[in-house]
Amino acid sequence: MSDENNINLTLEVWRQNGPTDKGHFETYEAKDISPDSSFLEMLDVVNERLIHDDKVPVTFESDCREGICGTCSLMINGQAHGPNKGQATCQLHMRTFADGDHITIEPFRASSFPVIKDLAVSRAAMDKIQQAGGFISVATGSAPDANMIPVPKPAADLAMDAAACIGCGACVAACPNSAAQLFTSAKVQQFNLLPQGQPERWERTENMVDTMEDFFGTCTNHGECHEACPKEISLDFIAFMNRDYVKAKIKNRNLSGQSV
Amino acid sequence: MTATMNSRTTSPALDSKVPEGDIATLWENHKFSMKLVNPSNKRKFTVIVVGTGLAGASAAATMAELGYKVKAFTFHDSPRRAHSIAAQGGINAAKNYPNDGDSVHRLFYDTVKGGDYRSREANVHRLAEVSVNIIDQCVAQGVPFARDYGGLLDNRSFGGAQVSRTFYARGQTGQQLLLGAYSALNRQIASGAVEMHNRKEMLDVVTKDGETAGIITRDLLTGEVESHSAHAVVLATGGYGNIYYLSTNAMMSNVTAAWRAHRRGAFFANPCYTQIHPTCIPASEDHQSKLTLMSESLRNDGRIWVPNEFDDARMAADIPEAERDYYLERKYPAFGNLVPRDVASRNAKTVVDEGRGVGPLKNGVFLDFKDAIARDGLETIKAKYGNLFDMYANITGENPYERPMRIYPATHYTMGGLWVDYHLMTTIPGTYAVGEANFSDHGANRLGASALMQGLADGYFVLPYTIGDYLAGKLGEGVVPTDDPVFKAAEAEVADQTNMWLSVNGTKSPEHYHRELGKIVWDRIGMARDKNGLEKAQSEIASLEDEFKKNVRVKGDATSMNTELEKVGRVADFFELAKLKARDALVREESCGGHFRVESQTEEGEALRDDENFKHVAAWEWNGADTEQTKHEEQLEFEHVALSQRSYK
Repeated sequence: MSDENNINLTLEVWRQNGPTDKGHFETYEAKDISPDSSFLEMLDVVNERLIHDDKVPVTFESDCREGICGTCSLMINGQAHGPNKGQATCQLHMRTFADGDHITIEPFRASSFPVIKDLAVSRAAMDKIQQAGGFISVATGSAPDANMIPVPKPAADLAMDAAACIGCGACVAACPNSAAQLFTSAKVQQFNLLPQGQPERWERTENMVDTMEDFFGTCTNHGECHEACPKEISLDFIAFMNRDYVKAKIKNRNLSGQSV
Repeated sequence: MTATMNSRTTSPALDSKVPEGDIATLWENHKFSMKLVNPSNKRKFTVIVVGTGLAGASAAATMAELGYKVKAFTFHDSPRRAHSIAAQGGINAAKNYPNDGDSVHRLFYDTVKGGDYRSREANVHRLAEVSVNIIDQCVAQGVPFARDYGGLLDNRSFGGAQVSRTFYARGQTGQQLLLGAYSALNRQIASGAVEMHNRKEMLDVVTKDGETAGIITRDLLTGEVESHSAHAVVLATGGYGNIYYLSTNAMMSNVTAAWRAHRRGAFFANPCYTQIHPTCIPASEDHQSKLTLMSESLRNDGRIWVPNEFDDARMAADIPEAERDYYLERKYPAFGNLVPRDVASRNAKTVVDEGRGVGPLKNGVFLDFKDAIARDGLETIKAKYGNLFDMYANITGENPYERPMRIYPATHYTMGGLWVDYHLMTTIPGTYAVGEANFSDHGANRLGASALMQGLADGYFVLPYTIGDYLAGKLGEGVVPTDDPVFKAAEAEVADQTNMWLSVNGTKSPEHYHRELGKIVWDRIGMARDKNGLEKAQSEIASLEDEFKKNVRVKGDATSMNTELEKVGRVADFFELAKLKARDALVREESCGGHFRVESQTEEGEALRDDENFKHVAAWEWNGADTEQTKHEEQLEFEHVALSQRSYK
């Protein structure tokens, strides 16, 4: 169905046939696109047409398409998740673009996110950080009554602000150093802010930060991560994490009898 | 048993294993009577868990804590991506913190009644019992539930409930609960107790001598087909809502794991039961890939209406109060906008079909917050629903603080699924189904905020107990080695199938056929069904399936990431399920919950059950690709919740 409001676009899309392929840009015309469609629906249309022309469609990842699962990625005109603040790529709608626009579409760029194919990358390193301490050790069945642990509302709200992170990796992709401080700090502070998270606070902080540094670059306070974050996670969490990390280094030594 | 009420009997193939006794102590006593595996023997057993949503992640973590060797599989890049993450509104629990008269019995009663008397009482009672433990567990894990100023947990009332028993974490409850279960899983992965397999899709269940031997997976990055053996397999692979193409499910949600188990002997129960969620954003254009749900908690404060007049093109603000029809408040004064989901959905369909729909495509109804904002203030409404309002504004380009939202029902949840007994075991010994993948607890209609509850109940507090009863009998038995002919044969079948799809080389994409299938299923097996339409659906699905098999075009190769190849197998399974769904809907000649047969309604237009003939679970047995499934019935008994016609007047 063609509509007078529909727009025509020119896409420069990164094609890379596997992790070892050199990769290159290809140009596609995306014609007659509804401004009400989402960016990924626009790519669906492009792919349908490629298949129609007996060509291999562009590989990209998405799942929930409502900005919560963190599966979708893409650098759109050089910006992780595209131009709008506080949105994942799946939430970006074509009404953001104008008829005749050129759009460059690349995978998330970071050496810790190797390209799998075309626009799909591996973000497995982020799980490693979580496994290093992103939990409270409580076996099923051993919990006290939920209201036995009162949590001041401001602390609960702040923990929720941190916990809103969807683990998409845009912070890493946007960072000139490919640092993962915003992601890691959100995951650390979600627990460190709560009374339940105190017993493992110092161990968690040190383990998660150290694991992060095995995979990712170093933070030099550019703040690009916050600008790109679809959940607008606050840079304050990085400050909290850094504070906790310094304390952890001292406290963990004290715990092992090596006081400083 | 009287002859009139039980003219039908339960198939001998379906032993529900519900123990005898007082329902209030049934589960407690049963936990004592089940066989235990002692701690040092648990490490001798390998359990496979497929899927890492709420049910899968919680089950895998808990069984690993107990000492079992667990292998967990997800087709996502990380366990944290499962679609449980998208649930918004909340999770029910009979905590009675607000002191408003809730109890385990009331949650049990509401769930059986809300399910329109098509669920198993004993399962539902157990669900209500363990609901309280779930909240304790999640809070201890650090799930940041909403709290009041005293630091204690806050509750809200949720669609259909007259007590406030719903716990929530802003509009992201599913995300937070999944991250909780994922954190528990991560702890076990880090300790080596769970072997995590990401990006591997289960494509077959393997049995030997009638019992579970393991699974076949395909590596989605390399195409490698692998066998994994285990003493037991747990399917936590979600529901089949994407059979409608447009639904609130994620793009990759599918029925494949459950369906492949069905083809290996697991009966599939009540496929006609689908929940259509009343508060979704209406479709806006042809290439729409999914529909977005707005949490039904919005119905607590929003008022639903349409214009009195047909084809009223005025802006909402220009339509005076007297010319608005708040049809739910008018028809159901006691429950108003909080009637159960099926009732709300069907009424929306009625007014839209009448020609009173709103929006550019006239395919929605208004959900209006004007009065709530005037009563509670903008800031209060923002605090409660801010992220939902933002989501709506982003998708539609309209500001819901200034003009009413437009909503319309969309497929959201499937109550049907693999038949399981009281132990959550399917009809394949050693294969279990948990969460949305099974059929057991919601009957013909699920209450709001009960999906998260059931997923976590199964995974944290039910399966880890019941699976021991099966495994205890296997002590001393090793797993079937993966070089056994049963595995080799299944691997070859999966590989052949993959190559078959690549060689069809037709003209249309898997997506095209999925979309076309979805239209048939939505039109004929959607919110209202009738004999004529269902018979048409059967022939339409069959002929489209025929064309699909001959004319689908799958580009790319089998040895690298290929989302087209992943998709085509899932669409093929949706076709087979669609045929069964039509048949199940056709032979269930009654209305109940989400299954509305036009021929069976009260004078008020409500779903009219036929308890004499249909107070049963329909469980279908696979007989091969060229033969129709056999129907088995499990008769349901209602001893604690008296059968009554639902009325929300």
